[in-house]
Amino acid sequence: MTNLTNEFVLARLQEQFGSAIITSETPYDLLTVEVAVDKAHEIIAWLKQDDATKISFLTLLGATHYPDSQGRELAISYLLHSLVNNFRLRLKSFIPIAEPTIASITDIYVGANWQERETYDFFGVQFTGHPNLTRILNEDSMDYFPLRKEYHLEDATREDKDDRYFGR
Amino acid sequence: MGKVEKINGVETFNGEGFQLSVLDKVIASARANSVWPLPFATSCCGIEYMATMGSNYDVARFGMERMSFSPRQADLLIVAGTISKKLAPILKQVYEQMAEPKWVISVGACASSGGIFDTYSVLQGIDRVIPVDVYVPGCPPRPEQIIEGLMNIHRLVKNESLRRRYSDEYKHLLNKYHLNEND
Repeated sequence: MTNLTNEFVLARLQEQFGSAIITSETPYDLLTVEVAVDKAHEIIAWLKQDDATKISFLTLLGATHYPDSQGRELAISYLLHSLVNNFRLRLKSFIPIAEPTIASITDIYVGANWQERETYDFFGVQFTGHPNLTRILNEDSMDYFPLRKEYHLEDATREDKDDRYFGR
Repeated sequence: MGKVEKINGVETFNGEGFQLSVLDKVIASARANSVWPLPFATSCCGIEYMATMGSNYDVARFGMERMSFSPRQADLLIVAGTISKKLAPILKQVYEQMAEPKWVISVGACASSGGIFDTYSVLQGIDRVIPVDVYVPGCPPRPEQIIEGLMNIHRLVKNESLRRRYSDEYKHLLNKYHLNEND
């Protein structure tokens, strides 16, 4: 078992993909790399078959909504794991909420299928190439994406709640 | 010579080889003491109801030991727990499949009002999709409270008309929920 370091993996990514690696940081010692949206799919595919790192397991993917960052409101995060080297890596890509499109990675990891559907369900991210991008947890008749920040978390149909009693 | 007696809360006139009473009251008493419940339990209130079913509290004392997991043979729908909006049509379908006469208990804060889950995915009270006869408050309610709710159902069963489904009020209520099975 080799011990991968954050520096080694970052250097290897930069050597392979150059300007597609935009920024990097290591919060809580977890290497977090922002990558270009159009290269995310290619990078994840390359990492899976790369013998030096063997980062070939998708722990999870999901989205975060940052309503204040103009043009890059939605962050898509991929948490990847090298089971052989016990090394974790987080990739991030930012997409505009006006056109929330990113390539699906279901052709690389079959397990991404339901996670991408969930991300679509809650944030409305369009994963191009996904075989069945429909709602998975919420009811089918729902007409919005509830975890986007512009929507209230509370049920919209309640009439008995008076804001005065809740300090608002 | 006969004498007037009270059997199970029903007044009867008993004589040599005959017994007189009001048929409505006798049937209502029979119904009340053999209510077959359908537990629609989704969370912690369901656990409390299971405790109510167990030997310490023992709903079998009230002729309720036979849990009916088919709505067609059930008289009482016991909704215990959070009902999400996605589950609401299923709950409504279960209610529609029950034969008259039927009653509904809403057990706990979530079933009655959504409880702490005031959020986009949770139904804010089952009375938004089906009519409710008795609400049991609590988060979750203790078995004693659930039994009090069942006693209230007994009071309803004993005192309302045997054919309440033909009453205008009942039809109006069902119409409000778009459950027009009498039409």
